[in-house]
Amino acid sequence: MTASIEQPQEGKIIPVINNFSKWPWWALAIGLAALVIIYNFITNQSYNDAISYIGTGVITTIRVTLTAYSMALVGGLILGLGRVSKNVLYYNIATFYVELMRGIPMLVIILYGAFVVVPVGLNILTTLGNWLIGISFLAGVGQALTQLDIQKIDMSGRAIAGLAMGYAAFEAEVFRAGIQSIDKGQMEAARSLGMNYVQAMRFVILPQALRRVLPPLGNDLIAILKDSSLISALAVNDITQLGKKFRARSFSSFEAYNTMAFLYLTMTISLSMLVKFIERKTSRGR
Amino acid sequence: MAANSDNVIITIENVTKNFGKSHALRGVTTNVKKGEVLMIIGPSGSGKSTLLRCINMLELPDTGSIVVDGISVMEKKTNINAVRAEVGMVFQQFNLFPHLSVLENIVLAQKVVRKRSTAEAEKVARQQLQHVGIPEKADAYPNELSGGQQQRVAIARALAMNPRIMLFDEPTSALDPEMIKEVLDVMVSLAKEGMTMVVVSHEMGFAKAAANRIVFMDQGKIVEEGSPVDFFTNPKSDRTKAFLSKIL
Ligand SMILES: Nc1ncnc2c1ncn2[C@@H]1O[C@H](COP(=O)(O)OP(=O)(O)OP(=O)(O)O)[C@@H](O)[C@H]1O
Ligand SMILES: [Mg+2]
Repeated sequence: MTASIEQPQEGKIIPVINNFSKWPWWALAIGLAALVIIYNFITNQSYNDAISYIGTGVITTIRVTLTAYSMALVGGLILGLGRVSKNVLYYNIATFYVELMRGIPMLVIILYGAFVVVPVGLNILTTLGNWLIGISFLAGVGQALTQLDIQKIDMSGRAIAGLAMGYAAFEAEVFRAGIQSIDKGQMEAARSLGMNYVQAMRFVILPQALRRVLPPLGNDLIAILKDSSLISALAVNDITQLGKKFRARSFSSFEAYNTMAFLYLTMTISLSMLVKFIERKTSRGR
Repeated sequence: MAANSDNVIITIENVTKNFGKSHALRGVTTNVKKGEVLMIIGPSGSGKSTLLRCINMLELPDTGSIVVDGISVMEKKTNINAVRAEVGMVFQQFNLFPHLSVLENIVLAQKVVRKRSTAEAEKVARQQLQHVGIPEKADAYPNELSGGQQQRVAIARALAMNPRIMLFDEPTSALDPEMIKEVLDVMVSLAKEGMTMVVVSHEMGFAKAAANRIVFMDQGKIVEEGSPVDFFTNPKSDRTKAFLSKIL
């Protein structure tokens, strides 16, 4: 507040220029492009065809993204707790999984999940079911397990499995970093009050860690939304797959890909604004 | 001390603890009697914190034995959490839970560990806040409190568990001078109420007001111990004299 810190007289011109140069021109450009495309959707027949065809994939994209992301969060939390565990077995299994997944391209993980993990996993479950039928009080469970049928799990279900498998590894690292960012004194204080490890994690460490990892978790939601386009490799009718199909039958590449990009960008930019909003809210809180 | 051994609540015998190559404790033997206030002083790295942490099992000694209220800390089958619930600990950095209000900080372990009802836990919490002199701060969050207030909440949180022993690890070293007294006052009154206390601190005021016995540690060993008066006016070993000349 002292006078000496105030800008010198001539400096006052510079901030104006700075403000001008700091305008979010990029955002204006994106907004303008969006307006042009929306205008085309309304007035231009081939754009109109594109959006009415490709637009039906939005639901699939959102459904696959949200389901896979929820599964990845649950898996990631379990794996993340393993990554900070002192239990040798738990730690090693979690680390093995995370290192494995992080070294494989997402597309390969999706193919692997769809054609190896889901069928094999189902096989194991039906075998277990056949075995359980023999045990009187578990017969019902066994019966239910034998009813499982690979035919009933469509490609989008398998795609979800693959995405969730891969992203569980990423979220595990997010949770691990969050847990490790909490001061060691917190665990010691909780333990010295007589809480066991699980209680201390649940009531003291995780509530603080979760608050800290909200921004990276939000960024990963955006990332998994974008990576969901890879499931078009399994011919699931998401935005990308429908876009490819539209181009193939109409030969209008420009319309097809502009529409796809528009749909993805609308979702990612909205999400990113939401993440920034949450970030601001939580950093202000306690 | 062996004469009235039934009064002894903490027995520490020949305890050693290494962290890799660093020998934090090299054979520490001492006892703490019920209601006694034992003060531990010594230079940085002499093993004071490690000894406290061994008493409530935040660290496991390598050899020797520690018996707290009849329970051996060394035995595998000992329920660590049962020991810890009887031993309150106050840290230099307060370690309040920042995501919980003052009241919730004090209530949490009562409910989770002592299985008290919310109503009962809150009643105890408010009593303890009264005890440490800040009943009006129940709904504040830790980051809204001064250091001295935070430390008093930490003391209230530990006391709410009805511990039989309280351990203090440099409870005032992270505080501004004007806040040290408010925390020491709480500790002195706790001592007067008959709480068994083991206090790592260099606060001479507390030593004079409340300590029954002073232990001087250096390089993982107890070098000298005695009553506060003897200890400060008449130190025997050269190391004690050198150390006292630095802190007095
Ligand atoms: N977790 C640990 N890992 C490795 N070394 C440790 C650990 N805890 C303590 N030490 C070492 O053990 C020795 C004793 O440490 P301790 O914290 O007990 O000393 P202190 O007397 O409390 O010192 P201060 O006055 O600085 O708190 C030191 O040499 C320290 O570096
Ligand atoms: Mg220490």
